[in-house]
Amino acid sequence: MPESSKNELDRFRQGDADAFEVIFREHQAAVYRWILRIVRDAGWAEDLTVETFWRIYRAHARFDAARGFEPWARRIATHVALDWLRAQKPESEITPALEATLTAKGAGDPGVQAEIRAKTAEAFTRLPVKLRVAAVLAVVEEQPHKMIAEALGISVTAVKLRVFRALRLLRKDLERQGIRP
Amino acid sequence: MTEIKPRSSDESERIEELLKAAVPRTADEAEPARDLWPDVLRRMDREPVSVPWFDWALVGGLVALVVAFPSAIPVLLYYL
Repeated sequence: MPESSKNELDRFRQGDADAFEVIFREHQAAVYRWILRIVRDAGWAEDLTVETFWRIYRAHARFDAARGFEPWARRIATHVALDWLRAQKPESEITPALEATLTAKGAGDPGVQAEIRAKTAEAFTRLPVKLRVAAVLAVVEEQPHKMIAEALGISVTAVKLRVFRALRLLRKDLERQGIRP
Repeated sequence: MTEIKPRSSDESERIEELLKAAVPRTADEAEPARDLWPDVLRRMDREPVSVPWFDWALVGGLVALVVAFPSAIPVLLYYL
């Protein structure tokens, strides 16, 4: 994420709408990408980016410039994305967009059969949200553990533990379906 | 039982590989398909003016005070 100038951040903290627009334009793509990594649906990621910036604006007085805008925005975006994931019904979590990506020719590793990929993706959506988010950010998106920890408001050790538990649950789910990883 | 060809000796690494194959990584350069600023402005306009809960509690306390001690009304009016 780019870092806005101190002047803009100070003005934003005081509620200046123009400074907020400047900051929005600098950070919207990065916030959108972060949310997309979590929710994995481009349309929803756009809507949730709007929601995130609205919450950012509403909380402008609580912004601490010393801690930087990026981690703060990432944390708010993560909460927005988590709220959205928790509100989804399990059967609707494989969105048409994700399903198309999964079944597309050449998607993922060609060494792994499409059926196994689909079953793995389904099993993944059955994981508890907080484990799934840690695993998708750490394993699939290969984001630094420290960044994930800051975004989730937990320690690096807790992130590693969540990833470990997510992978263990995923393996058990696949084994129940007759797939032995 | 469907077997997946092991890609590494470590079980944890194998499940990670399987997950990466099943859930593709998002593009590093992904961007919103449209300008989201107008939506942010609309979202800000839509927000109703909300009264904090402690304001309601204060009003409730004042009403209770007036009901319990009507003689306090002139004092309250004096301080308003």
